[in-house]
This record gives sequence, structure tokens and C-alpha cells, in this order.
Amino acid sequence: MLPTGKMELVCPAGSMPALKAAVDNGADAVYLGFRDGTNARNFPGLNFDLDEARRAVSYAHQHGARVFLAINTYPRPAQWQKWCRAVDQAATLGIDALILADPGLMDYTARTYPDLRLHLSVQGSATSHEAIDFYVRHFGVRRVVLPRVLSLTQVQNIMRRASAEVEVFGFGSLCVMVEGRCALSSYVTGESPNSNGVCSPAKHVKWEESADGRRSRLKGVLIDVYAPDEPAGYPTLCKGRFEVGGNIYYAMEEPTSLNVLAILPELYRAGVAAIKVEGRQRSPAYVAQVTRTLREAIDACVADPETFSPEVRWVSVLDKVAEGRSHTLGAYSRPWQ
Amino acid sequence: MKLSLGPIQYFWERERVLDFYASVAEAPVDIVYLGETVCSKRRALRLTDWLDISGGLAAAGKEPVLSTLTLIEAESEISHMRTIVENGHYDIEANDMAAISMMENVAPFVIGPHVNVYNSRTLDILARLGARRWVMPVELDRETLAALQSSRPANLETEVFVYGRLPLSFSARCFTARAHKLPKDECGFCCANYPEGMSLKTREGQSFLNLNGIQVQSGETYNLVNEIGELQALGVDVLRLSPQPQGMFEIIDVFRRVMDGQMESSVASGMLAPYQTAGTCDGYWRGAPGMQRLQTSYEALTE
Repeated sequence: MLPTGKMELVCPAGSMPALKAAVDNGADAVYLGFRDGTNARNFPGLNFDLDEARRAVSYAHQHGARVFLAINTYPRPAQWQKWCRAVDQAATLGIDALILADPGLMDYTARTYPDLRLHLSVQGSATSHEAIDFYVRHFGVRRVVLPRVLSLTQVQNIMRRASAEVEVFGFGSLCVMVEGRCALSSYVTGESPNSNGVCSPAKHVKWEESADGRRSRLKGVLIDVYAPDEPAGYPTLCKGRFEVGGNIYYAMEEPTSLNVLAILPELYRAGVAAIKVEGRQRSPAYVAQVTRTLREAIDACVADPETFSPEVRWVSVLDKVAEGRSHTLGAYSRPWQ
Repeated sequence: MKLSLGPIQYFWERERVLDFYASVAEAPVDIVYLGETVCSKRRALRLTDWLDISGGLAAAGKEPVLSTLTLIEAESEISHMRTIVENGHYDIEANDMAAISMMENVAPFVIGPHVNVYNSRTLDILARLGARRWVMPVELDRETLAALQSSRPANLETEVFVYGRLPLSFSARCFTARAHKLPKDECGFCCANYPEGMSLKTREGQSFLNLNGIQVQSGETYNLVNEIGELQALGVDVLRLSPQPQGMFEIIDVFRRVMDGQMESSVASGMLAPYQTAGTCDGYWRGAPGMQRLQTSYEALTE
């Protein structure tokens, strides 16, 4: 895959106002899901029913943006029919691509709707050209979203051989585990990204005030304790402070956001087709700010990748809305690993 | 029903691995999964060593299966996997779609627990491509298994992880190196000092998780010894035990005896208790949070 003179900006739409914010601020595409467990951001108050999805597609298309719909959880036998009906409904919407993770559901879709463009969700855990080939060969997948675990060099190597377009995460909350291969949330709460489209769900979160500070619990398990003057973050269970070998620290990952502005030219030159923004659970204001900033950055990068460098104001705007108000290149940068 | 030993998830030194499998040759297990599934940097044993071990186990009447790496990141890992896949002697347990992609229509293979098989259609596709056995992903429950069993493709065996610390997640980051403030590229193989992983506790001292290189395991030991009758009734073909440094051969014996109807599971629970340093859990099997223990405990039964 070589640079095509374009690198798409794909933005999250957890609601109609967020979708409008993304489209109005320059997203090339938006991604959304139905209001149920068929997608990996199954949060209360988010997402779209069929009529809303129809209006969303209409608004996006009128304004020149594409729409991807995610049905990216793994249905169990008892859920199979419902997930197939979600695909059937999606097929009536005129969407531009369906984002799937489950091989069975991909097979159903590819055979029932051969003209519907398929993207492999990040939940599909494809981290090599060989795995990508599998999904291309069997289901005609046209684009693959890579898990946030590869270094820049590894992404570049995949790009040399990939038989489908590649989309990578560019900004948003960082998942430190391989997506689609993490059962930590179900271990604690019974609900996981694969099965329920949630991680560390809010209904299991409890906050307690105690003498040593504010405590966050996830279904009873102590995730973190914050000193009185310390800002408290959402208790995603891999981003708490725990004790290992007598030390208390962020044993898995700090609360921080991924931000790839610094390596945008490298991603572009490698032929990455699209940069994805995480955050369907975030506000329309977040979507507007992040979309506007990344739009400017990507346009500048594509116009002149050789001289591109991230502007200070972009970084500062993004840090303000970032988890932990800080950012990292994550696994793209070897030292992080 | 057959008994299997999963791959060693920890980084044990070479002699320890060789000694371990010399004893496994004498132990009442039927299937032995071999090889490194967690971190490609762990190379105390080469493929030739694993093939030698496989040969010894095959001569002792066991079925050796070579397991592949779970998280593939580098081209070198793909090439190494290809040499394992093309070993010419032993079957493969594929732990990633890349391995399945190499195996399809080439030779029969086992679908490892890290490939997301959640429904019958996925199972059908993989069976058509040559899968002869699948290992149920750990977060699935008995009702899901019952449904999958009822429409299982012909000649496809089902294996369930029934004992050991659950492999819950994988990352690009090495958590053992992080605990030692070392970069992953200069990890010094510090995970070799933790043959059972590093315990991660909450700030209240609750044993919560277990760090094993790039893998995070359950703190508690998953134990379905009380469910063997139900597993049998569901038509499960193979029960998997995950190797641990302490008491492995006692654990194998206990499971074998329960499977052969020579020991009550309540007695077995008591005999396994000393080898579960952070307690046990069985929540996933019952459709509950994985870390919960829902089966009435042996201690409660005998009080």
C-alpha cells in the first residue's frame, strides 16, 4: 500500500449531536453503532436506533462524509439471531461500510450482502499481514483497523504486505491490551468488550470518601485511591494503581491518551488509509475539538509531509480533552513498551 | 474424556522445562501442548528442543501438539511460526488467525483458547478449514458451551480450560519489565525470576491479578474440578490443566482420578487446595464475573 494522496479522518459518533460535530468539523467518515450490545461502546444513553441511524446517514451523506457502522461484539448462540438482524438493518441504511469482528458474522454478511463493504474491527485482533490475509480471503474485508499494540516499524512492515487498507488509531483513550483479547473486565464485572461491548462499566463503579482520600471501586475491587488534592480518573481497571513487589504504581498503564501527531508523516508515507479517533462515549464538544484539530493536522501533513511538525496549539487543544490530560505515542514508540 | 496439559505460560529455565516434561511422560495425561505462547523473546528452548520433547512424549503414548504465539507483532515472529507450522511431524494449536491462515487446508489443527470462537457459525468455518479440536475461550459459560455442543461439526473435539491461572489478556507492554522499571527491549529476561508470575494486589491487599510478561492472568486459580460430571454430560472431549510450578503432578493425579470415577470431587477440592495459593474461582463457567467462586467451597461442605 502506498500513499494515495489522502489519509481519511474517521471520527466517533455516539449521538446525533456528536455526529454533526464530526461532520461539520471536517471528518471524512464517522462511525456509529446501534443502541444495544451489538457494538463495543454499549454505554447508557449513547448510540442510535434505526430511525436515528437513518437520519445520521442522511446528514453525513448530505455533507459529504461517509458512515461506518460497528457491529463489533462477538455474539453467542443465544444472541446470534439478534446480531444477524442488526446486520440486516444496517444493510438497509445505505452505510458505506460495516465494521465487524466476529468471523461467523462476517461470513453471514459476506454471503447475504456481498456488495456491503466490510471493515475488520480493532476487536478482530489482526496484528499481522498473515491475519489480515485470512479476513480478506474468506470475507472480502476491505479495511482492517489495527490494535493499538504495534510499533511504528511494525505498522510500516504490515503496510508493505497488507492486502487490505489499514486504519490506525490516532487519538483518544489508550487501550494497553490487545483489543479483542482482553477479559479483565468480565473477570471483575461479568461484562467484557467482546461479549457486552463495555469495559469496566459505570454501573459497577462506586466512589467512596475515606480518611486517606477518594476511593474508586469496580464491583467491589479497589482500583485506585486519590489524595484529596489529586484529580480522580475513571476507574478503567487496567489504569488503576496496584501493589506489585511491594511498590504501588500504575502497574499496567497510566490514565493517558494516545496521540499520533508526532508520527503523522510516517503513517502517511507508509500508506495508512485512515486515522481513527476514539471516543463514542465522549461529548459533542470533544468530538468537535478533536476533529477540527486533526483535520488541520492531516491536511498539513498530506500537503507537505517532509516539513510537517505538530503545532503547539494542536497539542495543547488535544491535551485539554485527553484522558489524564496527557498524551503518549503508546506502542508506536518502542520505549513505551 | 481425555486430560491435557496446556503450554507452560511462564518463562522457566531450560533444565526445569526438560525435567518437567520428563515427568509428564510418566504422568496420566493424554495430550501435551508445547512451546512458547506468550513472549517471542523467550528462547531458552529452540524448535528442535520442542521437537525432541514431542518425540519423547509421543514415545510415551502422549499426543504432543505445538502451540503458537498468541500476539504476533513482528515479521520474524511470522517466519518462526511458519517453521513451527511446517514441522512435518506434530499437530499445531493455533492461537492467532495468522496461524490458522497458515494451517488452513494444509493439515488438521487445534483452535487455541485465544482465538475468539463465540458461536456455531465461526466454529463451522474453522472446522471446514481443518480444525479438529477447539479450546473454548475462557470467558464463555456452560450455557454457551451447551449451545455450541448441540450443533458442533462432526469430528470436531471440544476442550475446556478447567484448572490454572486464567490467561485474561495480552499487551504489547511487558508488565514484568515495567515492574522492574526496565524497557521491554532490555528486559534482562526478568520474568525468569518468577516461575509463577508476579502477584498484583489491590491497595487493600486483595490478590487480584498475576503479571506474566506481556500476559495478565487471574490472581485466583480457575478450578472446575466440581464440574467434571457436567463437562462429561455436555460431551466435552478434553479437559485442560495449565502448568504451574507447585504440585502439578498431584493436580494431574487428582483430575485423572475424578475423571475415572475413583475420587469424589469434594475430596478432590480439598486435595487441590494447597496448590491454589490465592484461592479459586469458577465464575466464568456459571456466567458470572470470572473471579467469583460460586460452587460451595470444600471448607463450607466439611464444616
